[in-house]
Amino acid sequence: MAEFLQLVFSGLTVGVVYALVAMGFTLVYNASDVINFAQGDFVMIGGMGTVFLASAGIALPLAALIAVLAAVVVGLLLHRLAIEPARRATPVTLIMITIGASIFIKGVALIAFDKQFHSLPAFSGSDPIAVAGATILPQSLWVASGALALFAGLSLFLKKTLLGKALLATAANRLAARLVGINVAAILALAFGVSAAIGAVAGILVTPITLTRYDVGTLFALKGFAAAMVGGMGHPFGAIAGGLAIGLLEAFGAGYVSSTYKDAVAFLAILLVLFVMPRGLFGGRSVERV
Amino acid sequence: MTILDVQGLGISFGGVVAVDDVSFTVAPGEVFSIIGPNGAGKTTLFNLVTGIYHADRGRVRLAGADVTGVAPHLLAGRGLVRTFQNLQIFFRMSALENVMVGNHLAERTSLLSDLFGFPSVARQNRATRRRALDLLERVGLARYADVAAGGLPYGVLKRLEIARALAANPKVLLLDEPAAGCNAVETEAIDALIGEITRAGIAVVLIEHDMKLVMRISDRVLVLAQGRRLAEGQPRTVRNDPSVIAAYLGEHGAREADRAYG
Amino acid sequence: MMLAAAFTSRRGTLLLLVAVMLLVPLVAPSSFYLRVAALVWIFALAALGLTIVMGYAGQVSLGHAGFLGIGAYAVAIGPRHLALDPLLSLALGALLCGLVAYLVGKPILKLKGYYLAIATLGFGLIVALVLASESAVTGGPDGMPVARLSLFGWRVTGALTWYWVTAGALLLGALLALNVEASPTGRALRALHDSEIAAAGAGVDVASKKLAAFVIGAVYAGIAGALLALMNGLITPETAGFMHSIELVAMVIIGGLGSVTGAVVGAAFLVVLPQALTSLQEYEQAVLGLLIMVFMIFLPSGIVPTLRRLVLERAS
Repeated sequence: MAEFLQLVFSGLTVGVVYALVAMGFTLVYNASDVINFAQGDFVMIGGMGTVFLASAGIALPLAALIAVLAAVVVGLLLHRLAIEPARRATPVTLIMITIGASIFIKGVALIAFDKQFHSLPAFSGSDPIAVAGATILPQSLWVASGALALFAGLSLFLKKTLLGKALLATAANRLAARLVGINVAAILALAFGVSAAIGAVAGILVTPITLTRYDVGTLFALKGFAAAMVGGMGHPFGAIAGGLAIGLLEAFGAGYVSSTYKDAVAFLAILLVLFVMPRGLFGGRSVERV
Repeated sequence: MTILDVQGLGISFGGVVAVDDVSFTVAPGEVFSIIGPNGAGKTTLFNLVTGIYHADRGRVRLAGADVTGVAPHLLAGRGLVRTFQNLQIFFRMSALENVMVGNHLAERTSLLSDLFGFPSVARQNRATRRRALDLLERVGLARYADVAAGGLPYGVLKRLEIARALAANPKVLLLDEPAAGCNAVETEAIDALIGEITRAGIAVVLIEHDMKLVMRISDRVLVLAQGRRLAEGQPRTVRNDPSVIAAYLGEHGAREADRAYG
Repeated sequence: MMLAAAFTSRRGTLLLLVAVMLLVPLVAPSSFYLRVAALVWIFALAALGLTIVMGYAGQVSLGHAGFLGIGAYAVAIGPRHLALDPLLSLALGALLCGLVAYLVGKPILKLKGYYLAIATLGFGLIVALVLASESAVTGGPDGMPVARLSLFGWRVTGALTWYWVTAGALLLGALLALNVEASPTGRALRALHDSEIAAAGAGVDVASKKLAAFVIGAVYAGIAGALLALMNGLITPETAGFMHSIELVAMVIIGGLGSVTGAVVGAAFLVVLPQALTSLQEYEQAVLGLLIMVFMIFLPSGIVPTLRRLVLERAS
């Protein structure tokens, strides 16, 4: 039981991060139909940026803030310089553009930072808290509450602000949004910016636990993409459920099956879900219109 | 004699009944039209008959055999072929190749012979090509044979779909708004083409909004409204049916139909 | 006129390929260049397999390097653990690729678009993981050595020999791919790429045609992987890795989706470029990413279709 609980804790901790990355995928996908494979690299920019700014003597909160802003700038540039000019390209071409962008960002990070793994000090100590025979790291609570705050903030933003509503409208129907006078290009930029910020915050929160390096974005992108697909692409709740599910599956896979095959367990589970529900958990039944 | 026999077909989407207990039969060489206001369930009915949707209720019999729930490509093999309301063209292929795909069922090659390029493949390609050219000629599109379909105008593509469907040797041909978006000349060409098809003994099931065309060429007309059968009979009878006039044709439509009869 | 023919006709494509293959050894300053060229032929062969899957049938595969890995490890494991002849191992590996593709493809090819992308990606990751984890058989993350290939007593060794072996394999692969393109099967695949519903309406068994394309594409990749392993004499699980899958997709798209010449040009681009960029050292990755982006943004239909359009416009 204690072991089970321990696995749940560690599964939920990474699962929350996957959910945040999946949320970034979902935001961008809904606004633009683009799958942004550079999503994971925002996580890296958040983590690595904070590490290097902090080591340059900047106070941690300020360093984190600057790192998030840097990620947002990268997200906006990605949209403006790479996605916007290729608006009419096919989905596969768009995927390749974002993959190229991901390789480029990693390449620049390699030059700007280094090849080493880095960590951040845990925000409030690293003495494990005992819970029913299992332990939980204080940083895990930071990750969980940070994610909750982000989800809540995002939900409020989408439902209560005009800008958020414009984003939802654009996601629902781009042409109709344009017709009622929404600046669709600006909304797409907003989606990229917000998803970059979410990724960067996730990166800062999780770095004290998982460490960071210039190329950690790839795995985060894969897992986040998988989470978004398992949930059903484009469904925010699907993204959260998918992220947590993959985090838990990985933890259980590592704990009960084999730690080398934890990624395999997660992806096998994804394959099984998709065989049964070809459009993911929240994707619903598909009706082809002809 | 009946070639297509549809009995009590129905389907619901999320609680909304899209097609409800619709029955009809079609004889070889007959033009059977399905009309009704937008959203009446005409295309959904086609999708049910051609196996794209699985019916919740009802049966479809083709040439006496129960084909309910049979996959679309197998139905095509049994002679049930259709065109699409929203064009389903192979845009990256030439017009000729589009029609050649229609001949797929008649082609006798295997994956291995296709891979290794056995002489039988070249022979088969020549035969298919000849047949497709004939069909393009028949629908009046021979001069577009080698043009990429993606660059052809809408009216041309409508006829290209018919040529592709004919290539599959249909017994029953379902045409979903073949004249939509066509000008008067193109509509006339389609009119003549349908006549030619039925003379060859093929049953035509037609969805069409052009009432002049429907009233002129149909042997029988089925009127759908809100997924249900409202009336069925000869064009003249249907046109004078008060419930039909009320539900669908309205003042304007009735006048137009009158003119068609002259 | 000749140039136009080279881009449009089957025979033209093959002649162009042969001409380039004959020319390279004449101008290559050292055996290093021949090895790079042989690598191009090998990856072009794998990319051709993906061209059949993605270019003809329009089915995304983000895990195609998985088959590259299976083929590669077949020629490493066969001779070492099962005392099989390398050539027989190559054939069995190709067969295994086809079988795995059949078993995996049957369920996952029902998925569409991004769902198919994540499923194939998962497949590739699992293959790479198994290769990295089953150390007793595969040597683990460090990989394993591969026995030399000998054809009927003749040891295949040396850059020039490998150049011709791989060139021959690619030529055969290109011939078969071109055969398929113009055949009833190829027409059915290209048709379902544009509209599955209309293809089915014309009697095309969409599921079985997709599966056939996937199996053929896997066998191509498996043979390419085997040649890669045999030529290098060493193989690591990275062969099957995600980055390799992405590179294969990039080759097919940068060259021009669905074009045999495009697959070869794309492979040349992505094999030669990193070699040329090694002098940039730490800037290599950034420049590679940038170039992929620039090509995709400005030549979204790929190098070969863009060239073909220019040549045809000039010819007419």
